[in-house]
Amino acid sequence: MANGTIAMTDLPVPKAEKSFFEQSTNKHSGILSWLLTTDHKRIGLMYMFGIISFFLVGAIIGLLMRLELLSPGGKIFSAQTYNSLFTLHGVIMIFLFIIPGIPAIFGNFFLPIQIGARDVAFPRLNLLSWYVYIVGAILALTSLFLPGGPIDTGWTFYIPYSVRSGSNVSLAIFAAFILGFSSILTGINFVTTTHRLRAPGMSFFKMPLFVWATYATAWIQIIATPVIAITILLVIIERAFGVGIFDPALGGDPVLYQHMFWIYSHPAVYIMILPAMGVVSEIIPTFARRTIFGYKQIAYSSLAIAFIGYLVWGHHMFSSGQSDTSNWIFSLLTFLVALPSGVKIFNWVATMYKGSIDPQPPFLWVMSFIVLFSIGGLTGLVLGALATDIHLTDTYFVVAHFHYVMFGGTGTIFIAAFHYWFPKMFGKMYNLKFAKIAVVTYFIGFNMLYFPKFIMGYLGMPRRYYDYLPMYTPYQRISTYGSWILVSTLFFIVGYFIHAYFRGKKATSNPWGGVTLEWHIPSPPPVENFKVIPVITHDPYDFSQLKEMKDE
Amino acid sequence: MSPAPTAHVESVDFVMLYIVAISVILLIGITVTMIYFVFKFNRKKGHQPVDIHGNLLLEVVWIVIPTLLVLSMFYFGYTSYREYRIKPDNPLVVDVTARMWQFTFKYGNGKMTDTLYVPVNTAIDLEMKSMDVNHCLYIPAFRIKEDIIYGQTHHLYFTPKEVGDYDIACAEYCGLNHAKMYTKVKVINDDQFTKWYGGNWQPVKTEIPKE
Ligand code: HEM
Ligand SMILES: [Cu+2]
Ligand SMILES: [Cu+2]
Repeated sequence: MANGTIAMTDLPVPKAEKSFFEQSTNKHSGILSWLLTTDHKRIGLMYMFGIISFFLVGAIIGLLMRLELLSPGGKIFSAQTYNSLFTLHGVIMIFLFIIPGIPAIFGNFFLPIQIGARDVAFPRLNLLSWYVYIVGAILALTSLFLPGGPIDTGWTFYIPYSVRSGSNVSLAIFAAFILGFSSILTGINFVTTTHRLRAPGMSFFKMPLFVWATYATAWIQIIATPVIAITILLVIIERAFGVGIFDPALGGDPVLYQHMFWIYSHPAVYIMILPAMGVVSEIIPTFARRTIFGYKQIAYSSLAIAFIGYLVWGHHMFSSGQSDTSNWIFSLLTFLVALPSGVKIFNWVATMYKGSIDPQPPFLWVMSFIVLFSIGGLTGLVLGALATDIHLTDTYFVVAHFHYVMFGGTGTIFIAAFHYWFPKMFGKMYNLKFAKIAVVTYFIGFNMLYFPKFIMGYLGMPRRYYDYLPMYTPYQRISTYGSWILVSTLFFIVGYFIHAYFRGKKATSNPWGGVTLEWHIPSPPPVENFKVIPVITHDPYDFSQLKEMKDE
Repeated sequence: MSPAPTAHVESVDFVMLYIVAISVILLIGITVTMIYFVFKFNRKKGHQPVDIHGNLLLEVVWIVIPTLLVLSMFYFGYTSYREYRIKPDNPLVVDVTARMWQFTFKYGNGKMTDTLYVPVNTAIDLEMKSMDVNHCLYIPAFRIKEDIIYGQTHHLYFTPKEVGDYDIACAEYCGLNHAKMYTKVKVINDDQFTKWYGGNWQPVKTEIPKE
């Protein structure tokens, strides 16, 4: 019997069983049954609407920037507009899309199910964190339309410029402050849920790796986010009351600001990537139908990354006059922290060895991820080395590197996760042929958009420029053409998912042959997830259960 | 390709080439292996999957070799950086003032320009200050940059060995016309420089090692 008692209770799925879409958790129906829900699945979907909307807005802003850069001369927007565009693009993509992205949607939806729980530990806190996210987003939007105009400091808000700028810096960074709390609340919820609500028999080393990754991420959210909150408050105090904290004109220290900013923002890079790594560790075993290679190594390396990740922030400041000693120490630590990520890639590829591979769309997205993320990681080595970093920092090389890591890495897996879990979440199947086409055009568009930026960076093209020297024109052209392919692909993907939701074929409860707990329950799941809490007897990726599950 | 304009350029390009070469090998290795597995172990072929939980030897190998590789990358990156950071003896000092959105260069005799003129084969020490926000003086052709944090003095050293014009850009975002803070460094002969400078500037020759 697959995973103890669950198979039995799950056996005759009565037609009458209502899914979480059909059954409200409160006395309301309609929109209020959503806005006041405490069901982790509904909250996950509410996050989904917010996060995807912002992702598309961010992508359109990216498209506009690329349009400006199609040819030299700054013909389309004013310099001020371009400066606000890249700031908004950065703020939206970082704070509203990539940081909450996977944990808030898929963590909320699947973490409780994967450990055999009925909900998160604090369901109402969970709803609160969604509202905090929305309030933060509304504040950020409001700052665009108030006198002073949209923020133009870059998403790093470096002092002294962010104290001098006449744009609405205070409100915009206050929005980031609020969003931080949403992140902290989610983190607390996930840590507690993982510790307290695991089903009987589910020891830590029986947890799926997505749970491990989300759990490690939650710790970073709790520990690192307060640092940015404090930093932001200090900047607001400095702007509002002229207290000298960071601005040398008032007796402050601008390098202190950079330290505090990166003490959060480097670990935040792991908030972005770890959950994605967790999703990869789910998808590969399912489609290779064998256990993951090096389960413990992957689980521990998530924790290692989470904690060593705090010690390398200084690699963002190699050219800012930091002492040579700090520089070499940060450089060395950066190289060392790169190792666990590299090892994970080897583990994933090794998991394909002697598997029985069925390259369905989620798997194809993961293959695309492995290439794009490897390019991002390997170019990170170029930036970790001091001599080359001095040349390349603050150029397009960095812009290319972080898009490969964040977008090619986490963004690709965000899309992969939808392809993997969509049938479970909505009970519908999408068009597999469309999905396969999208993988290909995405990969082509992505590389056209970002690869030329590595070359431009090496040739000396600085970032955050609304105009450029004519020598860069051919590369900028290719990059802009790539953005057209890529962004159309994004809309194509959204389109076929919407189509699938309304017109798609009904999905079975286990279309891919997965064995983690979410594949044992109906699609879409009922409100309570499990009628009877399962007793866990199998390892998470033990596909011998599959036979028994088929008979369920 | 024209000859490298400074010795440092050669060492940076070596580090770059070293890391990129290793990276390309790793990337191709990973990609090819992955694609090979997908064909070789395709479900259509119908073999039974084998659960392999791990392999100690393999795991030790793929942690030790990358560790050695990254340590060597660290080492080359660091040594090249060290040599660039060493303050040269008796350099020609030029005061640099950065402001929104312009660099100004001031020489020992009080001469001021907005294009940097320097004599070839002479060590230069740019003593840089900002008047307003952070900037960063970047000379892509020389592969060097240094932030100019408002309120601090920063130094950038280089010894040009080829006559020519090279771009200077601002590489730290500084507001509206950040993209327009371009100027040039013009590396010229001693004679030309003396004439331009209008007097004795005490050239201090540094030994340029032959390659
Ligand atoms: C969808 C297509 C996208 C396009 C066309 C695009 C394009 C761009 C462009 C042109 C820049 C400005 C480069 C410069 O002038 O320095 C930029 C900056 C940036 N992008 Fe994207 N991008 C896209 C997606 C993303 C995603 C998915 C993320 C994050 C996950 C992201 C994060 C950033 C960040 C953080 C910056 C830096 C902003 C700053 O300098 O303050 N972008 N992007
Ligand atoms: Cu970092
Ligand atoms: Cu600038």
